[in-house]
Amino acid sequence: MELFLTSLLNGVTYGLLLFMLSSGLTLIFSMMGVLNFAHASFYMLGAYFGYLVSTKVGYYPALLLAPLAVGAIGALVERYGLRRAHASGHVAELLFTFGLAFLIEEIVHLVWGKTPVPYRIPASLDGPLFTLYSSTFPAYKGFMMLVSVGMLVALYAALTRTRIGLVIQAALSRPDMVEALGHDVPRIFMLVFGGGAALAALAGVIGGNAFITEPGMAAAVGSIVFVVVVVGGLGSLQGAFVASLLIGVVQTFAVAIDYRIPGMGRMSVSQLAPVLPYLIMVLILIARPRGLMGTRES
Amino acid sequence: MKARALLWAGWIAVLAAAPLVVGHGFALSLLCQMGILVVFALSYNMLLGQTGLLSFGHAVYYGLGALFTIHALNLAKGGLALPVTLMPLVGAAAGLAFGIVFGYLTTRRAGTTFAMISLGVGEMVAACSLMFPAFFGGEAGISGNRAIGAPVLGITYGSQVQMYYLIAAWLIACVAAMRALTRTPLGRMANAVRDNPERAQFVGYDPQWVRFLMVALSGLFAGIAGALSALNYEIVTVESLSAGTSGLVLLATYLGGLGFFAGPIVGAILVTLMQTVLANATQAWPFYFGLVFLATVLFAPGGITGVAMLQRRIWEARLLGAALAIYARMAIPAAATLAGSALLVEMAYHASSGRGAFRLLGWALDTRSAAAWLGAAAFFAAAVLLARWRWRHEALAWARIAEALAGGARP
Amino acid sequence: MGTRKVLGAMLAACALAGMGAAHAQIRIAYIDPLSGAMGATGEHGLRELEFAAEQVNARGGVLGQKLEIVPMDNKLSPQESLILLKSAVDQGIRYIAQGNGSSVAGALIDALNKHNERNPGKSVVFLNYAAVDPDFTNDKCSFWHFRFDANTDMKMEALTTFMKGEKKVAKVYLLNQDYSHGHQVSKVAKAMLQAKRPDIQVVGDELHPLARVKDFAPYVAKIRASGADSVITGNWGTDLALLVKAAKDAGLKADFYTYYAGAVGVPPAMGEAGVDRVKVVSIWSANSAPPVLQALFESYKKKFGADQDPYSQGLRLSVEFLTRSIALAKSTDPVKVARAMEGMKFEGPFGEVEMRAADHQLIQPLYISTFVKTGAKYKYTADGTSDYAFRPEAKMDGPATAARPTTCKMQRPA
Repeated sequence: MELFLTSLLNGVTYGLLLFMLSSGLTLIFSMMGVLNFAHASFYMLGAYFGYLVSTKVGYYPALLLAPLAVGAIGALVERYGLRRAHASGHVAELLFTFGLAFLIEEIVHLVWGKTPVPYRIPASLDGPLFTLYSSTFPAYKGFMMLVSVGMLVALYAALTRTRIGLVIQAALSRPDMVEALGHDVPRIFMLVFGGGAALAALAGVIGGNAFITEPGMAAAVGSIVFVVVVVGGLGSLQGAFVASLLIGVVQTFAVAIDYRIPGMGRMSVSQLAPVLPYLIMVLILIARPRGLMGTRES
Repeated sequence: MKARALLWAGWIAVLAAAPLVVGHGFALSLLCQMGILVVFALSYNMLLGQTGLLSFGHAVYYGLGALFTIHALNLAKGGLALPVTLMPLVGAAAGLAFGIVFGYLTTRRAGTTFAMISLGVGEMVAACSLMFPAFFGGEAGISGNRAIGAPVLGITYGSQVQMYYLIAAWLIACVAAMRALTRTPLGRMANAVRDNPERAQFVGYDPQWVRFLMVALSGLFAGIAGALSALNYEIVTVESLSAGTSGLVLLATYLGGLGFFAGPIVGAILVTLMQTVLANATQAWPFYFGLVFLATVLFAPGGITGVAMLQRRIWEARLLGAALAIYARMAIPAAATLAGSALLVEMAYHASSGRGAFRLLGWALDTRSAAAWLGAAAFFAAAVLLARWRWRHEALAWARIAEALAGGARP
Repeated sequence: MGTRKVLGAMLAACALAGMGAAHAQIRIAYIDPLSGAMGATGEHGLRELEFAAEQVNARGGVLGQKLEIVPMDNKLSPQESLILLKSAVDQGIRYIAQGNGSSVAGALIDALNKHNERNPGKSVVFLNYAAVDPDFTNDKCSFWHFRFDANTDMKMEALTTFMKGEKKVAKVYLLNQDYSHGHQVSKVAKAMLQAKRPDIQVVGDELHPLARVKDFAPYVAKIRASGADSVITGNWGTDLALLVKAAKDAGLKADFYTYYAGAVGVPPAMGEAGVDRVKVVSIWSANSAPPVLQALFESYKKKFGADQDPYSQGLRLSVEFLTRSIALAKSTDPVKVARAMEGMKFEGPFGEVEMRAADHQLIQPLYISTFVKTGAKYKYTADGTSDYAFRPEAKMDGPATAARPTTCKMQRPA
């Protein structure tokens, strides 16, 4: 029972972090049809900026400043890079973000070196939150969960209750119509891209000190985030939420289970854990390409 | 027709004569590496350039072809069932088989969905590779020895030169086959499916069937490339299946140019050179790699062959004189910008790795001195400004050329 | 087509330039990752190798020739390493050094065996400073390969001997990366614990995917559920640092017996989480260094930074053995040098070291140390930090760690 509850808690925390990362990507993907390979790089930049700001100013200011900085970078990238590539088609956009991810990793190597940086959890959040049976649940993970849920609520409110949010929602599924109605769609795209980058950066600020901040972190989470977005479905934030929780919980439970698969030698389910998200993604794509809750296919 | 035959004879002659010019170990290995990547990139372009299918998991066919070949090589130790010369057929068979299996799964949809499925399948197979070490070799890989069996006509494949000729022979065969494929109805319909699947359907062809066949065939050729790499390096590691290899072939094909058959050939040669020669010359090679890629995506989406073909069109429109004049006038600012950025990049890399003082083309530079940084930054800024100023003058002339090419009257 | 001709000419020029003038220097090619994920580890090794070579050159070199290090970035790829090997051979280099990644080392040994057999006059010797797969000095041993780090089995020998004396160890959990190194650690841990302390219960034997796990909390939960008081792990890099952090987060009271807690990147990432909890087995203990080594240590820190720790002793040892063998053989020919190197024995700074002729494995003392917060007591800090250090707990002499017989049947050139 203890193992089940602990695994559930861990799975939900991990899933919420995945959601923080993938919410921005879903928005960008849905609106612009662009698979942003550099999204995980914005996550990494957010972690490094968070480290920079928290060592100079403090951790709580970093929660605001780092996402703003990365969001600005994202907006600039969209305005001067992606928009140009857009003219050459989807493949070009994709490849642009691909090259960008590569370049961002190199720049991080240059500025901060190749080894992990000592980005620490602030003392005010360090320590156990509560004790479940005999395991302690760290306060910081509780903080992470709080921020993720808060972000979902804020995002949902912004998209459904504000005017700009409604315009963005419309542009998510009918960009041409929205433009015909007189809204500045390219500017909206820039805003959404910057906003998505800022969300990823926030995830980085929060996740970077819990999981190590090092140049390989983007590559490590990159593919899982895509799986989440695809499984959740295009155009759907709720879908991304459900998918991130699903994948977070499934992966965590897969590790916890000691069941040996019959007929596969010494293979156990926990060793199969890394393949599960991709398996889920491939199955969904074959059976239901619009994802769990998607509103349209690409 | 005659020009084409001459062209073929010409490059076959170059391939045959190359070892006589560059007979030394490293340069020869480089040619072998290039040859393998050329076959791989051409097979990839069958999907991307000809059928419009962007795949992120093409390395799966390459890697599986390589693995099956190396296992066949090891199994054949007792008595050769298949001579080493024909070993790439094992790779071809493996590539075709998996092309059929994965092709069936993945070609139900096209576009971004196909790309994502291919990514998922690629990651899955790569993840499986560490789970089944007996077949995949774990992270140490599987090694083999190609110099086994009785020598036929004195050829044991022990030496690199003999390996080079084997690769060259298979390269010629594959290029000829893939070129021929583009002329067949399947090849033409693949182009049609790329451009307008709905219309292809109206004509009576099932786009899914066409895509499926192209995936299977491109898997076959990728398998041959994999087999050649297994024979060349005598080792196959999990890296052959990885996302990195898929990314590399994508890069090579795109850089070379998607729209022309020879594009991937050029791209593969360039990428191999960047990977080896550039990597030996400077620590900053990944940065240059990324910059070149971004520059191509933004400014030359047709790749190198796209740029070359543009020059040909300019020549045909008899505007080459005007174009050359523009290039000549922009040459110095462009070169200065490149030099300035390279200088800054090199200084940044040396500063970052802790080796403050270094020599660049005979010049001693010290990244610890502010003067060096200011000088480099000033040089770069000046070069950029000069380039922008000159471009403002040239833009009009270039616009006229572009307009003429697009069908307007000659100015 | 024209492109190819131009390229051919360029390559010819390069090749001809490469042939160049004869080198009156002994060159060692350092084939390790200098970029990418393991770039930091490779660069650390390069610094140590160059430093060791400088020390030799400052004394006038050997046989009147200086040592020159030629760095080559293999991006941790076995295939790339083989290409670089060809390049090195082409440049006339006869000695190569490598250590990051047993997969690369295995590929190099294989390629060297084939090359040396096919080109008898151009033999190349491989100085392995850190690739610890025991196979290289057992079934896959090669006359051309010399290993200067203690292999996985030897380090486990030291760890289990230490654990034998620790009364509080009753239940041990094995957590390792799912690849050959991790499998080996798990296998020998079980065998040696069974032999030395049959009363110790192995309550778990887990393998996790290499470098993919971001959150070790589920694994820590399993460790806790098993009731283990000690964890043995061969993990390195982020896999180790994240594991230790997760253990601290969950309040797991268990000791970690590790192989690579001292390597680049791990001490700063572990930080407070590893204090008094993490132990490591190594061939190097900064805080046990005798004065002569301390002097060397000081000059290394002065050159590269106060928080740098030259923990890759294997490189210093390989250079020392190389120079002594060249001097003994009075030649730089790899075959003669290799013959002189096998069986060589002398007194190193930590104790006697011997290059065992039977399998080309270096036998040397091993240390068990604990990661602690530094005070005035510990002069030398852990790599990359200024407030943590390794406190030496125990030392095992060479012969004690080399108890296992080797299965090597070495084939020597005529």
